[in-house]
Amino acid sequence: MSSTVLKAQDAGARGSLIGRLRPTAAWALAPAAAVLAAFWLLPLAHLMLLGGQQRDGAGSGYWQVLSSPQYLGSLAQTCVLAAVVTFAALLVGGITGVFLARQRFFGRSTLVALLTFPLAFPGVVVGFLVILLAGRQGLFAMLGLKLAGERWVFAYSLAGLFLGYLYFSIPRVILTIMAACESLDRSLEEAAHSLGAGHWRVVCDVIIPGLAPALVSCGAICFATSMGAFGTAFTLGTQLNVTPVAIYNVFTNYANFTVAAALSVVLGALTSAVLLLARRMVKQSRTVL
Amino acid sequence: MKRPSLFIAQLLFTLLVCAFMLVPVLMSLLAGLTRNYFQGVSSGLTVDWIAQVWQAYSPTVWLSLQLALACAVCVCVIGVPAAYALVRMNNRFSRAFEELMVLPVAMPGLASALALLLTYGQFGSFRSSWLFILVGHVLFTLPFLVRPVMAVMQRQHLPTLEEAAASLGAGPLRRFFSVVVPNCRAGILAGVLMVVTLSLGEFNLTWMLHTPMTKTLPVGLADSYASARLEVASAYTLIFLLMIVPLLVALQAISARLSRGEQR
Amino acid sequence: MTGIPLRLIGCRKAFADGTVAVHDLNLTIEAGETLAILGPSGCGKTTTLRMIAGLERPDVGQVLFGDQDVTRLPIERRDVGMVFQSYALFPNLSVEGNIVYGLKVRGMAVAERNKRCAELLELVGLQEHAKRGIHELSGGQRQRVALARALAPRPKVLLLDEPLAALDAQLRERLRSELDQLLRSLGITSVFVTHDQGEAMALGDRILVMQQGRIAQLGTPREIYQQPANPFVAGFVGNLNAFPVAGRTVNGLKVSGGELPWIEAGEPSTVYCRPEHLRVVKGEGHLHGRLLGQFFQGAQSRLLIEVGAAQPLLVDSADDVIHAPGDLIALSIEPQALFALHP
Repeated sequence: MSSTVLKAQDAGARGSLIGRLRPTAAWALAPAAAVLAAFWLLPLAHLMLLGGQQRDGAGSGYWQVLSSPQYLGSLAQTCVLAAVVTFAALLVGGITGVFLARQRFFGRSTLVALLTFPLAFPGVVVGFLVILLAGRQGLFAMLGLKLAGERWVFAYSLAGLFLGYLYFSIPRVILTIMAACESLDRSLEEAAHSLGAGHWRVVCDVIIPGLAPALVSCGAICFATSMGAFGTAFTLGTQLNVTPVAIYNVFTNYANFTVAAALSVVLGALTSAVLLLARRMVKQSRTVL
Repeated sequence: MKRPSLFIAQLLFTLLVCAFMLVPVLMSLLAGLTRNYFQGVSSGLTVDWIAQVWQAYSPTVWLSLQLALACAVCVCVIGVPAAYALVRMNNRFSRAFEELMVLPVAMPGLASALALLLTYGQFGSFRSSWLFILVGHVLFTLPFLVRPVMAVMQRQHLPTLEEAAASLGAGPLRRFFSVVVPNCRAGILAGVLMVVTLSLGEFNLTWMLHTPMTKTLPVGLADSYASARLEVASAYTLIFLLMIVPLLVALQAISARLSRGEQR
Repeated sequence: MTGIPLRLIGCRKAFADGTVAVHDLNLTIEAGETLAILGPSGCGKTTTLRMIAGLERPDVGQVLFGDQDVTRLPIERRDVGMVFQSYALFPNLSVEGNIVYGLKVRGMAVAERNKRCAELLELVGLQEHAKRGIHELSGGQRQRVALARALAPRPKVLLLDEPLAALDAQLRERLRSELDQLLRSLGITSVFVTHDQGEAMALGDRILVMQQGRIAQLGTPREIYQQPANPFVAGFVGNLNAFPVAGRTVNGLKVSGGELPWIEAGEPSTVYCRPEHLRVVKGEGHLHGRLLGQFFQGAQSRLLIEVGAAQPLLVDSADDVIHAPGDLIALSIEPQALFALHP
């Protein structure tokens, strides 16, 4: 008796499994799966293996990266820079995003449009814009000349890089925060106000916790983008010691494929770890990539 | 009253952010049209720099357009069915696949490019053709099409519509083309615009994948930033902005329409 | 158009989590009959409909359309017409586009297609709206388009999943009678699912009441209402008064509040009656109790009467007499209105 029940249940489970997998639907996934496997997974696996190869008796690429103060310093500097940029972008973009999502005034939609355009600017262009702001003939140089009698030039330093990364991070934060604000339950705020909470209390107790998932996931994306941003650093000068530039130098100037591969893998692992961590912290949220 | 003062403070802050985003762009536009940037606008306006850029760099513009269109076509062909499959399956496997698909965007572009280069660089004719760059662009832009298409598909109650089509006698392929695709046109359009915009501006991958014979617009831009005079670089940037800003405007119009549809 | 008979033989469907939606169902639907599947949500009625449609395949068992075994045929090859609960009209097509979709799929020539479309538009009274988009239609119009679309390819079977549930009450009444006329004039075999007993009674030639994946009762609306097979069916199709029996007298049964006439032999543990079969009488009645409340419902009023049982009695009274709460009320009942049930 119990065995027939078991069999029937088994058959039922199998029937609905087929229903769930939908053979036609799986076929539709095949082209994308093939492209990803051939041009992403396979090369990535190859890169990981390459990083482990020995060369010139100097140990594997990973060992060379992890034992060299130069590479480690570059990684640390990149991480710190990306973290600072993320924090600043969340602060600036958060304030602006909440403001734009909550207030209705003349010219608001134009402001939103203008603020979100730069999302699609490539890193090289952002680098050039930083040069126009803070380069030798930039806006700040001329301002400094007028005000202090000396040119204020910081485009080619880490400060310039910070400005550039901030430039392409802010629109993303604004867009995400605005979307998150719209899905926030306004009645919660009204309830808090009705219970006598002041404006700042509501911000701290209701708005920031409500936006936290969006802030975390958007912050993770900003961090990842800043870690891997190559175009801006490339435009601002190849002597900047951030990891993408280091990889590029190792690859083109020294043709050291092993170390370049190892550095890439370490950089990729770091970014993926941060993204994964963020995903663990927030299960569901709509981010603007 | 506390609110108005707070409102003004926030508005000023927002305007300041806006200035930070826009002033350099305006400066760049101006520089591209000024006869001599060091002397200022008083030296007169000119389109000479643009003409000069066009002479030197027009092939990069055409190649970039070709790449962007090819990329959009490829991404549509593999992305729309993929989005459909992911929405229909909606199980652990499909969610894992979705994350896998987003990885090339999250990974530093340089690392992806290096991986591609070290694996497929030895195939000379593939390496030196524009198709090599196309592969990189397709990988990078795929999720930007799949995501909005999936969002629209989830909203349209597609499973029921498909069941209705099936009850009227339509087989799987017919259902896909007569029901699924037409009902996520808006998502596909938004995705395609995003893909074209991103492909036009893609640099991190392209810089590693390009050859002297396959220079795209952003590669040319980087070239000009490194070597040309400021006015030329600015004029070149101006051309680039002229190409992508209409796309961005269209994109915003579509996403506004999509989010209105969401509320309906 | 004459219908074909449908048969389900030992059909069983379980879901992935192991819950069985439908247990070994045996069912024959006559040609041209309209069968209403009635039951609370989760009773397996929608799964049964989807198995007939071909949207779900039974784990065990067979589905027959006439003599043809269609168990393994997907829905697109079964020649069924289906009206979905939310109508599932294609938003990218006009009214006309929706109606001719099934004809296009079958490769019908344009002229013939347009002729059929015009016929159907006339049938559902939407001639003026042929070119309209779906978003421009009201709920009732959408329902008609869905019906026209399902009927256009002349299906062997018409399946309707809660066809009127998405409409407001007044419109539902009107469309119900329209649908009834239409189904009768077409003579097509049709099956519809509903959780509304009024709808099932009005439209169904027979009603299948389902409970937890099993048949609770299958019969004409009259049979279901007057001779319910068990307390579940009785309670689901209309209200019910239950009288636990305390003892037997010569011509009756002792219950709290009085004595009920009972001419059959034996002593059931509980007897039941419908609220409208209890009559308020002056003087002596079978039952006596105090009025708890009276609720005016238009054509009748409902009285709640306390007789000392666990539940107050429900009485639907058509006379327009106003009683005061606390009044002593006498009730009488015809013996044939009382029935016992085997749980």
